[in-house]
Amino acid sequence: MTTVHPGTLGNAARGFRGRILGLQPLTIGGFPAEELERRLLELGFVEGEPVEILHQGLFGRDPIAVRVRTATIALRRQEAAAILVESTDA
Amino acid sequence: MLDVPAGQRTLRVALLGNPNCGKTALFNALTGSRQRAANYPGVTVERKEGVLSTPAGHRVSLLDLPGTYSLRARSPDEVIARDVVLGRIAGLPAPDLVVCVADATNMRLCLRLLLEAKRTGRPLLLALNMIDLARHRGIEIDLDRLSAELGVPVVASAAVRRGGTGELLAAIDRMVPGLVAATGEAAWSAPDAAALRATQREADRIIAASVMVPDRRDPLTRRLDSVLLHPVAGLLVLTVLLFLMFQAVFAWAQPLMDLIDGGFQALGALVGDAIPAEGALGLLRSFLQDGVIAGVGSVLVFLPQIAILFLFILLLEDLGYMARAAFLMDRIMGGAGLHGRAFIPLLSSFACAVPGIMATRVIDSRRDRLATILVAPLMTCSARIPVYTLIIGAFIPDRAVWGWVGLQGLVMFGLYAAGILSALGMSFVFKRLVWRGTPNEPFMLELPDYKLPRVRDVGIALWLRVKAFLRRAGTIIFAMMVVIWFLSSVPRPPEGATEPAIEYSFAHAIGTAVEPVLRPIGFNWQIGVALIPGMAAREVAVASLGTVYAIEGAEEDATQLGQALAGKWSLATALAFLAWYIFAPQCAATLAVIRRETGSRGWVLFTFGYMLALAYLAAFITFHTAVALGAG
Ligand SMILES: Nc1nc2c(ncn2[C@@H]2O[C@H](COP(=O)(O)OP(=O)(O)OP(=O)(O)O)[C@@H](O)[C@H]2O)c(=O)[nH]1
Ligand SMILES: [Mg+2]
Repeated sequence: MTTVHPGTLGNAARGFRGRILGLQPLTIGGFPAEELERRLLELGFVEGEPVEILHQGLFGRDPIAVRVRTATIALRRQEAAAILVESTDA
Repeated sequence: MLDVPAGQRTLRVALLGNPNCGKTALFNALTGSRQRAANYPGVTVERKEGVLSTPAGHRVSLLDLPGTYSLRARSPDEVIARDVVLGRIAGLPAPDLVVCVADATNMRLCLRLLLEAKRTGRPLLLALNMIDLARHRGIEIDLDRLSAELGVPVVASAAVRRGGTGELLAAIDRMVPGLVAATGEAAWSAPDAAALRATQREADRIIAASVMVPDRRDPLTRRLDSVLLHPVAGLLVLTVLLFLMFQAVFAWAQPLMDLIDGGFQALGALVGDAIPAEGALGLLRSFLQDGVIAGVGSVLVFLPQIAILFLFILLLEDLGYMARAAFLMDRIMGGAGLHGRAFIPLLSSFACAVPGIMATRVIDSRRDRLATILVAPLMTCSARIPVYTLIIGAFIPDRAVWGWVGLQGLVMFGLYAAGILSALGMSFVFKRLVWRGTPNEPFMLELPDYKLPRVRDVGIALWLRVKAFLRRAGTIIFAMMVVIWFLSSVPRPPEGATEPAIEYSFAHAIGTAVEPVLRPIGFNWQIGVALIPGMAAREVAVASLGTVYAIEGAEEDATQLGQALAGKWSLATALAFLAWYIFAPQCAATLAVIRRETGSRGWVLFTFGYMLALAYLAAFITFHTAVALGAG
């Protein structure tokens, strides 16, 4: 069985363009995974949506500013790691 | 109340929507000056309510709600938005109509919110705001289709354009006959992930069916962000902006301050001429001159600086820059254990800790919020400006250090920096040492498109803040001044007394009583007298010094306080006084707001205690270092 391991938005570089494959939140630092998933959904991170990393911070390339459709959302790479993505760049 | 037809009573309408979709702009456009700010019962969340009449003559009471993405409500701010919509607030029935406000250029998150709100069963109306921007950007919206798909009436609006709210008002009028007053609480339960996903999918489907969005970002925002969010340039710009802000506060305000100062001096002289200094009237003359005019005047003179600071903050907020600042600062704040979102409350605390602490309601995590509340009073609020300006003006020579950067400005910058560093240091202690191992709250924030701030909206917001300051000056500060004057003037010196009158007063007795405690940090009894009312409101310390020295010097003009101090204090005392005020246990208003926001007296005592300890320690070290260096 071969599963192509998709990347996460948390690891992607600035300029990355892709599509959301799914949300796979883990409980990070004691913050409940289920709550993280709901918050991401409320900000529009839904399967199938195109995403692009527009900006990143200076220290540890963190946080990142992500374009999701018509909105630009800032979040930390730690939480962006819950967003599974595939690249759509040729 | 329920049997009154909807058309004949005042309709209650609430504005619900995502942050930055233009709710407040719409609220201002609809209600104009007929608005007031009050508090919700039991909590300090500001409740902005205004009245308007529709073209058909219906009276509407409009409520501006804090922005939210969901009725799930994580932060106290969002809890209010939800509870108002659901009618859960005692004494505040659910609104007759909820107007969902969406940014027409970015509506998908708001449409999801609308679908969620539909389940409450309350009548809804969707206002696609910023329609002017949407048209300009070539976004085509089929309003009828959208309305049919959503099952609620939809209108377009442009809050900042003349006549941009006409359709909204007409739509409200059309809906009035069908509106029935809410009975009790609306039913609602928090959606789980599956429900959220489903509503977002549904919203996206509806948008795909009725809206044509060109695949293009706002060109202005793209260009600006390439600099303002650049990892290095962005931080540089932020630093320069903050520096400019403080330079402006001191440079631009000066002419206005001189004007106000001159006005109060003239008023004092007028009273001096009108009332004889001798006899029973002498007491009245002293009360008016030294107590009321010198006291209130020495505080009001700082109105221009405070207004400029608020103006800067409001402009940056309306421009859409504040969210960027939070983005840039997240890691730096994170190092101190603070949330990126804490940047905005902390920046507001430069103006005043009270709105700053209230602004922490956007922070969802309780611990993060508490840490921010505890350190917010360490940020240099505008009430410290009078103290700093007075001491710096009197003791720090006005000379250029480098180019246009003056020594006085530099010292001021240093004091602000000390406040910031101590706030970060203390939050580090709280978050990293005291509350080690609590869950890490995620930082997620929408970065809105840049918009040119509107004079009217900024003007209204600024006026609300200035009014609050004037009210303070007219009430708390005035009352404290009367008390200080009384204590400094009574009892009157006996006949043939040789010492200055104040030496016989209660104030002198109190000051000398606390002096032993203050002597190690270089403070004299006059400072002791000033510190006590200074706890009610920091700027009162300056006014109190003014009164004490005015009465002591008899003929001396209170507005010349700076010169008086320069002759009476050593440099070491002055520096210790500055150091004290970096930490000075905050004003009564701040303590009251901490009490309400944390819901506990313990945190109030804790904040007061730790700041008092820091203030004493800082003044002690400063004084002894300065003395050792020969400034005693
Ligand atoms: N061009 C245009 N700009 C608008 C319109 N409505 C609001 N704005 C601008 O959008 C920005 C944000 O508006 P606000 O009214 O502060 O937004 P809000 O919904 O109250 O935001 P929160 O209180 O943070 O939830 C301001 O700069 C407004 O001037 C509109 O219809 N057209
Ligand atoms: Mg608002």
